[in-house]
Amino acid sequence: MTRSLRRYHAASWDEPTIMELGRPGRRGVVLPPVEEEIRREVPDATALVPERARRRVPPALPELSEWEVYRHYLRLSQQTLGMMGVSLFGTCTMKYNPAVSEALSRTAEVREVHPRQHPETQQGMLEVVHRLDLALRELSGMDRFVFQPGGGADAAYLQACITRAYHAARGELGQRNEIVTTIQAHPCNAATAAAAGFTVVTLPIERDGYASLEALKAALSQRTAALMVNNPDDMGIYNPHITEWVKAVHEVGGICFYDHANFNGVMGRIRARELGFDACMFMLHKTFGAPKGGGGPAVGAYGCAEDLAPFLPGPLVVEHEGRFALQEPDGVGRVREFLGNLPQVFKAYAWVRAMGAEGIAEASDLSVLANAYMDARICRIRGVTRSHPDLDTRRMEMTRYSLETLTRETGVTVLDVQNRMTDFGIDAFWLSHEPWIVPEPFTPEAGETWSKEDIDEWLDVLAHVCEEAYTTPEIVRGAPHNQVSHRIDPSGLDDPERWATTWRAYRRKHGA
Amino acid sequence: MAHPYMANSVATVREEMLHGAGASTIDELFAPIPDAHRLRRPLALAPQLGAEAELRRHLLDLLGKNATCESTLSFLGAGSYRHHVPAICDEIAARPEWLTSVWGTPASDQGRFQAWFEYASELAELLALDFVGLPVYSYGCAAGHALRMAARTTGRRRVLLPAVLDPERAAVIANYLGSPDLPSHLRAGQIGYRADGRLDLDALAHELTDEAAAVYVENPNFFGVIEDGIGEVAEMAARVGAELVVGVDPISLGVLAPPGELGAGIAVGTIQTLGVHMNAGGGVGGFIASRDEERYAREYPTLQVSVCDTIEPGERGFGIALFAQTSYGAREQGNDWTGNSVYMWAVVNAAYMALMGPAGFAEVGEAIVRRGTYAAARLGELPGVAVRFGEGFFKEFVVDFTETGRSVAEIDAALRKRGIFGGVDLSAHFPELGQSALYCVTELHTKDDIDRLARELGEVIR
Repeated sequence: MTRSLRRYHAASWDEPTIMELGRPGRRGVVLPPVEEEIRREVPDATALVPERARRRVPPALPELSEWEVYRHYLRLSQQTLGMMGVSLFGTCTMKYNPAVSEALSRTAEVREVHPRQHPETQQGMLEVVHRLDLALRELSGMDRFVFQPGGGADAAYLQACITRAYHAARGELGQRNEIVTTIQAHPCNAATAAAAGFTVVTLPIERDGYASLEALKAALSQRTAALMVNNPDDMGIYNPHITEWVKAVHEVGGICFYDHANFNGVMGRIRARELGFDACMFMLHKTFGAPKGGGGPAVGAYGCAEDLAPFLPGPLVVEHEGRFALQEPDGVGRVREFLGNLPQVFKAYAWVRAMGAEGIAEASDLSVLANAYMDARICRIRGVTRSHPDLDTRRMEMTRYSLETLTRETGVTVLDVQNRMTDFGIDAFWLSHEPWIVPEPFTPEAGETWSKEDIDEWLDVLAHVCEEAYTTPEIVRGAPHNQVSHRIDPSGLDDPERWATTWRAYRRKHGA
Repeated sequence: MAHPYMANSVATVREEMLHGAGASTIDELFAPIPDAHRLRRPLALAPQLGAEAELRRHLLDLLGKNATCESTLSFLGAGSYRHHVPAICDEIAARPEWLTSVWGTPASDQGRFQAWFEYASELAELLALDFVGLPVYSYGCAAGHALRMAARTTGRRRVLLPAVLDPERAAVIANYLGSPDLPSHLRAGQIGYRADGRLDLDALAHELTDEAAAVYVENPNFFGVIEDGIGEVAEMAARVGAELVVGVDPISLGVLAPPGELGAGIAVGTIQTLGVHMNAGGGVGGFIASRDEERYAREYPTLQVSVCDTIEPGERGFGIALFAQTSYGAREQGNDWTGNSVYMWAVVNAAYMALMGPAGFAEVGEAIVRRGTYAAARLGELPGVAVRFGEGFFKEFVVDFTETGRSVAEIDAALRKRGIFGGVDLSAHFPELGQSALYCVTELHTKDDIDRLARELGEVIR
C-alpha cells in the first residue's frame, strides 16, 4: 500500500429498541389543553365515539421524555454510515444534496402548504413545478412532465397505466397485452408491467452487453404494447442501436419508454425524444440532487410526447400569463394522491438552477471521467474482472465488475468484500439487480460529487480488501469488524416461526 | 471557476484523472454514443445561479408566493392534515446520516434498520396487528396493494369498495384494479351509505358473495363518520371467505378501536398524520399491516425489517424479511412491485409515536373529537347551514350550505379574502349532498379559531 488507510470505527451505542425504553407516566409531548368552554359543552369525548368503535386497551407504546426520544434517534442516526464515508453506490448516483435547498424546504412556505389550497394561494409551488417541467423538457425533448409518481418504479408503473389507456383508446388493448423489456433493465419495468396486467417479454443480454436488435424484432408483434428499457443499462453499456429499436417497436404499433435511471453520464449529450422515445423518466432523488432518505420520499419525474399527454394523470399545472392553475386531464386519473413529493421537486429545481446548462454538462463529463479513471485502476486489482471482458468499448458513468476470480481463488465472496470495505468507512457498493448475470457482481458509480481523493480512497480500500482475500481471507469473511454490529445471520428472515417484523411478534416468538 | 458541488471541477484534477484513465480528452470517453444520437447544441436552460446567495434569493421569491396553513386559518383535510409536528421529528428528519443514505448493509446502516423496525413495532401496537411492512407511497397505494393481496390470498377477482371514498384515493385504487380489457382485472362493486353516513350493511349483504376477494372499509370514512359496524362486516366477510381490509388514520387510534380487534386481516392507512408535514401533498405515505400469518406475509409487495441474529452470539440484528418475493427479488414474478418509497417518513413516524406514547394518542384523539364537535355545533347554528350525519365523527365532518343559496366555491372565495381556507368542496363528487364541504378540525384549532370561522362564515352567508 502506498498510503495508509483510514483508521475508522463506526459509532456503536448498543442501543435498545425504543420498545424497551422509558417508564410508565413519562411524556414526550403534551397537547394544548382543550379550553374550558369546549370542555363544558363537550364534557365526554368517549361518549361521542360509538360504543362498538371505541378503543378499550391503550396501545402498548413506550413512554419517554423528550430528550430520551431525541437522543435515541440521534444515536440511531449515528449508527447509519450512508454517505458519511464514501458511497459509490451504482445506479443510485450518490451525490451531494445541497444544504440551501434542504434548509428552504423546511420553511412553512413548503411544509405548511395544503395540497388542496386554492391554486391562487400556492402560486410559488405551482411555479416551481412548471419551471422544473420546462427544464426537464429541455433535457429530454419531451413535451410535458408530471411529478406524481413517488419513485422511479412508480414512474414505470405510470408508464404501464398510460400504455393501457393509450391502447384502450384505440380499442387495441385486448390484443396488445405484451410489454417488452430486457433482463438488464431495472426489475421495476418488468414488475410494473406485470402488475398493470401485461405479459412481460424479457430479452436476454448477448455478446455486446445488450440484447440484439434481431432478438427484439423476433419478440415484436401485433401483441406488443410497449418497450420499457434503460440505456445505458446498469452495466454502463450504451446500446448504439437504440434508435433502430425504437423504430422497430413503432413499426408494430408499440410505444417506447426510456427508463432514464442512468442519466448522469449522458445529460446534455442525448435527448430521449430525439432518439425516438415516446416517454421517459428521471429520478429527482438521484440525478437531480434531492436526497434519498434511505428510500424516499422520491420522485420519478415522468415526461412524454404530445401523443401521450392526454393520458397523463392529473392534476396538471398550467401556466397562463405568469399565473398557474390546475387542470384535470381525461387521463389515467392518479397513480398517487396529489401533485407529488413537491419538496423534492423544489430541491431538484434548485439543483438545476445551481448547476445551469454548463454545470449539468460538466457533471456528465466528470461522471464519465471518474468511471474511466476508476476502471483503469480496478482492472489492475487481482481477482477483479470487468463484465463482458471481450468488449472493448468504454462504459459510461458506471461499470459492472465481477469478483468471480477472487471467489474461485480465495473463497471470499462479493458480499464479504462489501462488508469488509465498510470497516474502512466505505458505504456498501451496489451489486446487481436479480438475476446476477455476472457472477459475484459489483457496480460502483462515482458521479460528479466525489473528489479524486475520495475515489482514490475507495480504490485503495478495494485493493486492500482484495489483497486481504488472498493473504488473510478469514478477516474478510468475518467482516465487518469495525461496524455498528456484526454481520447478520439471515437464516430466520423467511421463516414464519422466526421472522418478527414488529416487537409484538418478536415477544411472541422469541419470548423477549 | 470550480463549481461548489463538484470536487473534480478543477482543470488540474481533470487532467490527472484523464491521464489515469489513459485518455487524452473527455470527448473520447463518449465514443460509445453514435454521432447521430447526440444533441448538437448546448442545453437551453434558465441561467445558472451558481452563487448560493442568488439562488437562495430566487427560491425565496418563489416560495413567497405561497400562502400557508400557518399564516391562514385552514379547515382543509381530505387526505392531507395539519397536526402538530414535534420539533424533534423535524430534527431527526434532517440528520444527513440517513437523509442522504441509500441502502448500506444491515451492519453498517444498522441505526436506520432499527428505526424502521421501531416504526413497524409502534404502528403494530396502534393497529393491534403483528406484521407491518415498510411504507408505500400513499394511503391510496396501500389500499390498492392490499386489495391485490386479497385477490391473491383468495384467488378471487372482485372487490367491494365504499361509495364514501376520497375521490383522490379512489382514482389511485382504480388504477391498481387494472383494466377490463386485460385478464388480471379486478372488478369493483360499490357499497352505498346510509342516512347517517355509515356503510349500508344491507347493501353489503346483497353484494357480498363468494366471488368477493375483499371488502374494503375505512374508519373514519371519507366523511369523517366513525363506522360502528366493522365487526359485523368482518363476520359477513368471513362467512363468504372474503378478506376484510380496513383503512384507518392512525392518529385516531388512541380513541378508536384498532383494526386488528375489529377482525381486519389487513389494515392500511396514512402515515402523514404521524409527525409528517403536509408538504403541499408531498407528505403523504401509506402503510400495509396484517395478521402475522403466512397467508398474508407471503403476499406483501414491500420490504420489511425483521429482528434476526448476527454471527456474534447474543447480538441482535435487523434484516430484510421476505426479499425474494418482491420485484427486486423476482422481477415480474414478484408481488406487484416495490422501490424507493417514503422510508424517511418511517423514521419520523417512529419518533412521533414514541413522543406521543399511549397518553398522547388518547389525548389527541379526545381533543380532536371535542374540538370537532364544538366546531360542528357552532357551524350548525348558522342559518341555512346544516351539519350532515350528526355525532360520531372524527376530525372531519360534512357541512351542507345548500340552504344558504351559496355555492361552496363562492363561500370559500369569500372566506379566503378573510384569511380562512374553508373545507374541501364535495359538490362535484357527491352531488347528492348538494353544496356541501368537508371541514377538518384537529388538535391545533383553538376555540378562538373555531369561533372566528363561525363568525366569518355567518357574515359570508348573510
